[in-house]
Amino acid sequence: MAGLTIERVTKRFGEQSAVDSLSLDIAPGEFVALLGPSGCGKTTMLRMLAGFESLSEGEIRLGGRTLASREHHMPPEQRNMAMVFQSYALWPHMSVADNVGYPLKLRRLDGETYRRRVAQALALVGLATYAERPPQELSGGQRQRVALARCLVTDPDVVLLDEPLANLDRHLRAAMEESFRDFHRRTQATLVYVTHDQSEAMALADRIAVMREGRLAQWATPETLYRQPRTAWVASFIGQGSLLDVAAGRPGQRLEEATLMHGLAAAPAERTQPVLVRPEHVTVHPDALSPQSLRGRVESVTFRGERYELHLRLESGEALLAYHHTALGEGQQVALILREGWCLEPET
Amino acid sequence: MAPGLTDSSQQRWLLTLLMLVILALSLAPSLRLLMEALGDLTQGSESPLWRVLQAESTWRALTRSLYTSGLGMLIALILGSLFAFVITLTDIRGKACLVFCFMLPMMIPPQVTALSWLQLFGPASPLLKSIGMAPPLGSPQPLYSAEGIALLLGIQSAPLVFLALRTSLLSLPRELIEAARISGARQVEVWGQIILPVTRSGLIAGAAMAFISSLGNFGIPAMLGIPAGYYVLPTLIYQRMASFGTGVLAEMASLSLLIGVLALAGVALQQAWMKRSRFGLVGHSGRAHDFSLERWRGGVTALLVALLLVILVAPLAALVVSSLVPAMGVPLSWETATLNAYHEVIGRQGATWRAVSNSLWLAGCAAVVLMLCSLPLAYRLQRLPRRWQNLALSAIELPYALPGVVLAVACILLFVRPIPLVNVALYGTLGLIFVAYLARFLVVCLKPVAAGLAQLDPSLEEAAQLAGAGPWRRLGGIVLPLVAPALFAGGLLVFLLAVNELTVSALLWSAGNETLGVLIFNLDEGGESVLASAVAVLVVLMVAALMLCLSLLAPRLPKGVVPWQG
Repeated sequence: MAGLTIERVTKRFGEQSAVDSLSLDIAPGEFVALLGPSGCGKTTMLRMLAGFESLSEGEIRLGGRTLASREHHMPPEQRNMAMVFQSYALWPHMSVADNVGYPLKLRRLDGETYRRRVAQALALVGLATYAERPPQELSGGQRQRVALARCLVTDPDVVLLDEPLANLDRHLRAAMEESFRDFHRRTQATLVYVTHDQSEAMALADRIAVMREGRLAQWATPETLYRQPRTAWVASFIGQGSLLDVAAGRPGQRLEEATLMHGLAAAPAERTQPVLVRPEHVTVHPDALSPQSLRGRVESVTFRGERYELHLRLESGEALLAYHHTALGEGQQVALILREGWCLEPET
Repeated sequence: MAPGLTDSSQQRWLLTLLMLVILALSLAPSLRLLMEALGDLTQGSESPLWRVLQAESTWRALTRSLYTSGLGMLIALILGSLFAFVITLTDIRGKACLVFCFMLPMMIPPQVTALSWLQLFGPASPLLKSIGMAPPLGSPQPLYSAEGIALLLGIQSAPLVFLALRTSLLSLPRELIEAARISGARQVEVWGQIILPVTRSGLIAGAAMAFISSLGNFGIPAMLGIPAGYYVLPTLIYQRMASFGTGVLAEMASLSLLIGVLALAGVALQQAWMKRSRFGLVGHSGRAHDFSLERWRGGVTALLVALLLVILVAPLAALVVSSLVPAMGVPLSWETATLNAYHEVIGRQGATWRAVSNSLWLAGCAAVVLMLCSLPLAYRLQRLPRRWQNLALSAIELPYALPGVVLAVACILLFVRPIPLVNVALYGTLGLIFVAYLARFLVVCLKPVAAGLAQLDPSLEEAAQLAGAGPWRRLGGIVLPLVAPALFAGGLLVFLLAVNELTVSALLWSAGNETLGVLIFNLDEGGESVLASAVAVLVVLMVAALMLCLSLLAPRLPKGVVPWQG
């Protein structure tokens, strides 16, 4: 098992930089997600890891080996990686078992070992009974699991996953997320997972690289990304929350209730620090309108099953999102207590 | 009733009527042929079909047809798949140019191909004489043989294999190849274990098309086989008709039925195969992959260029040389070079010029008439239920799918007596050839238009309808301008094919009604190879010019209309 190092990797298509000086250090056996909106360069980065694209600048190393740099390019077939494609890429002229066993055949394995490993891989994804079917007869989720089995059959150093759940419906996604987690636990392989869906990334990954316009916006664990996002853009991309300007704190600092409420009461000109307030940190009092508390007006209410989502307008004109256990009337005045906030870096 | 409703139902009825008339006209020749061939079965062993099936000449011609077409198909398969794989999958340079040159033999009429190869080989070849390599007088012309016929059939139909395979290679999702590579497959393994099996259907379809087209080819076995007494089915029919006239029509109908059934069986077999091996391919297609040739690039490029030199450039060069010498057997030099043959063709108002103008008129009128029919026909067809639409398209395709000789015999049968009621005699006039062309080439014009219509977003027309445009107004103001390039391309393709047509007109022409195709054939048969070469050179120039026009039009056309552009 070897760690994967991405060092100042840049990929230019003509004048356009798809990936711009990206550096990541991925530990052996880590489950990493590349997350970002479409066009942020995450798929290009994945294809460079696989070896389907060359690098314009920088270097990719696996353990001690250099996989790719500006001068050197190791072809994909020599990298000992595996990949799950968005379209599954199952070869239509081979049965499920042949699809899974093909990487073994290329490694000159046959006979009993070959059959045993194919059967093991298929059993692991729960498709042992489908071995002789052509892949066209399988459902989307089953095809995805065949693609997974094909990945794990050879013990690759790195498994790459390119938006593997994008073509599946919501219920299947939840089941497949479980399969991925299970797959990672059993194989202990290094996984690089590309997605534009933040909840998918948060649920699966050990660490997430959030990308924006080819650059790394933040590289952290899901908890850190949620609690301590670096910029307003990352904060708005991950989870829900509101941005308020406060006269307290400095970037990267957590504000307690007292400081936060005090900072919000200051004169508008002094409130220069952008602060993220998550809706679960807002307490709404519909009837206790004390003069000290912050006041707001309910603009709209959305029912979310376990709670109501309140869209509030503060007296300063700023918008605030909060949760509440009962529905409130639109236009109703409420008192608010903000229990904590996170100070963001100003947008560059 | 609202005025819009009457308008649209009126249009519907008119278009339906037009469609039914066209369908009847498309089916009539084949049905007439079937009636003639099967009509006298009650006579038992004396019936024409029975007599034909018992004749030794029938089986000999059939065996030869199968042999030359089969061998031709193999040659086409090798040439076509080599070019398709290299041009589609590798990073070779000058792809567009290679494709154009490789497709040219398909568009050059077979009689011109045959003539140019005849000028290249043999003791009288002006090109070989000029470079001092001609074999001694009296040595045989190597092309007057079954293998000679097969070679030219292969070269002529290799583009069909190329096109079919290229299409399936282009629709091969990139992920399937990438998945194999990341699994550890080297380029050779990817090619042999993934690409070849997945594109097998394209290869088989192309091979079947090459076989069917070789089976129906008349120009090549006529020019190479008849001098050697080597008759295949189409040339056997031609020879019988030329010797015995309409007296043997019933027997010829039976013979035609035999080839027709063979050709249609080939089509059915090909379609069944396509269906069986068609996979639902998912993923990003469009550009399959770039295998880098690296140090092999020079060698592979040289191989392709050398092949093109042999199959295209050398015969055309021989043709040009032959057209510039004063007589066959005279080597070309600065002293002997002459443009007399061209003067003869263009300058004198003789039979040559008459044939040229006949062909131009026939092809031009056929293109215009078919363009006029195609839009309303395609428009009405598109609104039919899928099943009926397929049936109607098959009926329209029938006269084109059948070998030309079959259609010609069917048309003679249909029009040998004056048309009842109007009492017009078409037999022995240009009118007969014209009608046959209309039936044969309708599908050529219809397909691009139908493809264009299918691409059209229905909301475009619906928006016009909401804005208040009636059905005719929409057809003329919205649909026509949008499919105009496809319509024009269809007309151009019809012109290109009709102006060089030989097979149908070879049986239907009469004195004074020669066509360009028949002219080259007759000139060569009469020993006037120099004059034939001059006409052929002009034909090749015209073909290349028309192809270039189509290429320029290509960006505005639906995919696949211009065959040589992917």
